[in-house]
Amino acid sequence: MTNKKPKNVFKQGAISSEFIGESIAKHQTKTSIGAHNIFLGQVRADVIDEKTVAAIEYTAYEDMANTKFDEIREAAFEKFELTCMHIYHSLGTVKAGEICLFVFVSSPRRKVVFKALEYIVEEIKAKAPVFGKEIFEDETHQWKVNS
Amino acid sequence: MLITIKYFGQLTEITHLEEEYLDFEGTQVSELLDTLYRKYNTLKTKDFQVAQNQELVDENTKLTGQEIALLPPFAGG
Repeated sequence: MTNKKPKNVFKQGAISSEFIGESIAKHQTKTSIGAHNIFLGQVRADVIDEKTVAAIEYTAYEDMANTKFDEIREAAFEKFELTCMHIYHSLGTVKAGEICLFVFVSSPRRKVVFKALEYIVEEIKAKAPVFGKEIFEDETHQWKVNS
Repeated sequence: MLITIKYFGQLTEITHLEEEYLDFEGTQVSELLDTLYRKYNTLKTKDFQVAQNQELVDENTKLTGQEIALLPPFAGG
């Protein structure tokens, strides 16, 4: 691990479609790229015991999570031939239907980005200390656990 | 040894705080956990991992001070 402070992947609230669109647009100058792949995690309105999830409130051990995201990023660059990679995760309240995770990988060739994206998303789910409180419509809650 | 202990997610519902400082004389993570179990009765029933200075450790790890975090199951993405 390097000594530089890892990049902050967290954004307060939902990740907007404008932000995602602008991220794509910024890559138009990087013309060695032939393929992008994007994962968008969306908050699902799960129904549990007849109660519907209205939102997830995300918290994180931010310093450790940013270090983990950085390690995942470094490992993905080692494993796959990627031109660039961006990860953003929400903190705070994200309503059902809104985006809470945005992972964006780019490479000269398409086959790489399919594999890389799955690897990165699974690593994030398993290793990033991020916690989610599922808030139901009646304002009760339960704690989300990644399966 | 002054240790910062951080609690996250559902564990904060037991501790009613997100961070505390403890002047602790023990040498192993397990000893610190025993102290916390005495302080917070229901903590032992909860599923969590322990990070020391931002690295996951097991109970037999030697305490090196600084920062201990109790991390319930991850739910990112």
